[in-house]
Amino acid sequence: MSTVVNRSARPGFAGGLLIAAAVVLAGLLLVLPLVIIVREALASGADVLWDNLTTRDSRQALGLSVLAAAAALPVSLVVGLSGAWLVAYHRFPGRGLLLAVSKIPISLSPIVAGVCYMMVYGRRGWFGPWLVEHNLEIMFAVPGIILVTIFVSFPYLLNQLVPLMQELGSDEETMGDQLGAGGWTIFRRITLPKIKWGVLYGLLLGNARALGEFGAVSVVSGHIRGKTNTLPLHVELLYNDYNSAGAFAAALLLAVLALITLAAKAIVARRFRQTTSP
Amino acid sequence: MKHLFLAALAAATLAAPALRAEREILNTSIDVSRELFAALNPVFAKNWAAAHDGEKIVVNQSHQGSSKQARAILDGLPADVVTFNQVSDVQVLHDEGKLIPADWQSRLPDQSSPYYSFTSFLVREGNPKGIKDWDDLARPDVKLVFPNPKTSGNARYTYLAAWAYGLKKFNGDEAKTREFVGKIVNNVVVFDTGGRGATTSFVERGLGDVLITFESETLGIRKQYGDDKYDVVTPSYSIAGLFPVSVVDAVVEKRGTRNIAEAYLKFLYTDEAQDIIAKNFYRVRSPAVVAKYAAQFPDIELFDANEVFGTWDEIKKTHFANGAIFDQLLKR
Repeated sequence: MSTVVNRSARPGFAGGLLIAAAVVLAGLLLVLPLVIIVREALASGADVLWDNLTTRDSRQALGLSVLAAAAALPVSLVVGLSGAWLVAYHRFPGRGLLLAVSKIPISLSPIVAGVCYMMVYGRRGWFGPWLVEHNLEIMFAVPGIILVTIFVSFPYLLNQLVPLMQELGSDEETMGDQLGAGGWTIFRRITLPKIKWGVLYGLLLGNARALGEFGAVSVVSGHIRGKTNTLPLHVELLYNDYNSAGAFAAALLLAVLALITLAAKAIVARRFRQTTSP
Repeated sequence: MKHLFLAALAAATLAAPALRAEREILNTSIDVSRELFAALNPVFAKNWAAAHDGEKIVVNQSHQGSSKQARAILDGLPADVVTFNQVSDVQVLHDEGKLIPADWQSRLPDQSSPYYSFTSFLVREGNPKGIKDWDDLARPDVKLVFPNPKTSGNARYTYLAAWAYGLKKFNGDEAKTREFVGKIVNNVVVFDTGGRGATTSFVERGLGDVLITFESETLGIRKQYGDDKYDVVTPSYSIAGLFPVSVVDAVVEKRGTRNIAEAYLKFLYTDEAQDIIAKNFYRVRSPAVVAKYAAQFPDIELFDANEVFGTWDEIKKTHFANGAIFDQLLKR
């Protein structure tokens, strides 16, 4: 660890006040909403919760969320690894631009991303007439949801790996190359072991984003119940239907998925620090 | 790379229909009609199976504001039928997309509106302000809640109903009517953007003495929040709110679902369906069902917006455009 905490220093009165304020804020903003989700979900009893989780629409929403997140993973992996390798180990014109472009999905409001996809793949979009002619349904169908999920989640791994690989440097890879190892061998035996925890960490970040995505998916989904709803859309829809018990049940499911991702991330982060610390 | 990408897309889209065993249609509807169609769809599927050698069909649902839905359909949402609450949002499917023919409204009885509602009042328990008709809404001691007519079709109905009542009351005197409607719009405590928002302001936040919205919504609120907390007041004269339906021809032709989609809309006119619709607080067309629910639905004199005010384009230009009459009334 690079930071050293001086454990003997006691916070003064102002310090204590600040800590108390932080704890209260964290409680009000983070813990309380989570507690309420659990309480409300269980308010009508465990069997009602189970019934709400196993309706046709809930199962479909969960399945589609998991499918979209799973489809985004390999894209993140391929784009993240090759992109980071290119940007971290090489100098070429347009490198800065590429780095900036890779951050667009993170900084752009998701709803704008959804509208952009609509303008490209929608019936009135650029590819619209061609897609209609060939009977290809992209928008308001599963492929469109997968596409926008990929868009919002792929940069996380890339942006995680670039600084990591820059910090670790490419000396070992150069050495391997000089000793006659092939590209694949270098990647498999040298690069991958160096960055594997970083890869996992980046994938988990992207996965959390993919599972929780609302805005972009909302634009391209069409909200067809039992067909094109993801879990976050399903929560909103049940809530608008005055079905609080169902909405909180779905929200609880989403929270549990997030907590699992969070726990995995914490474990990976610990290993990650151990392997990268000197 | 591009070819691989397109091939993957093609594979994903082709695989989806192949998995489908049963035929299905999509009913694209407004955001407050979920309970209604959740009750209607299983009955329709059962009737269809009985008449077609047990063929199983599925009616899928999508619910959002009708203007949003119309836009999505123009962008390619494969809606086989629309069940909206604004004629103009169906018309736009013809005007901007040529997805339905110009004469869509004459393809089914009653202007393709198998059920309807009208602007009505909801007051707090016991009607403490003694609200009886539109005149009471112009009283200085009465506070009102209805959404903004600029963003809400529901509120445009309210505004036009008040205007038409004024014309009737003052024998067509425009100036007096204008003053009357001015008093009403300036009694509004909050202009929410939509009908559900106004309901929340009135019910959850306790704002205002009268909520003005569709009769179906007022009856639904009483059922949802307790009939001992609110009373419904039916005015003497109001505006008919049509709930237009249509097959989306471009979609059904492509998906080969015209026979199901047309049967579905015809089903809405049957006594069996009309009974379910009346139970969900909409006024229906079937004389038998109207008679059965007479106690729930007091008599009322209704007018057609287009007969009094002209086309929706003209109405928007005269009353709701920037700087038009509604804006002028608010500035006083």
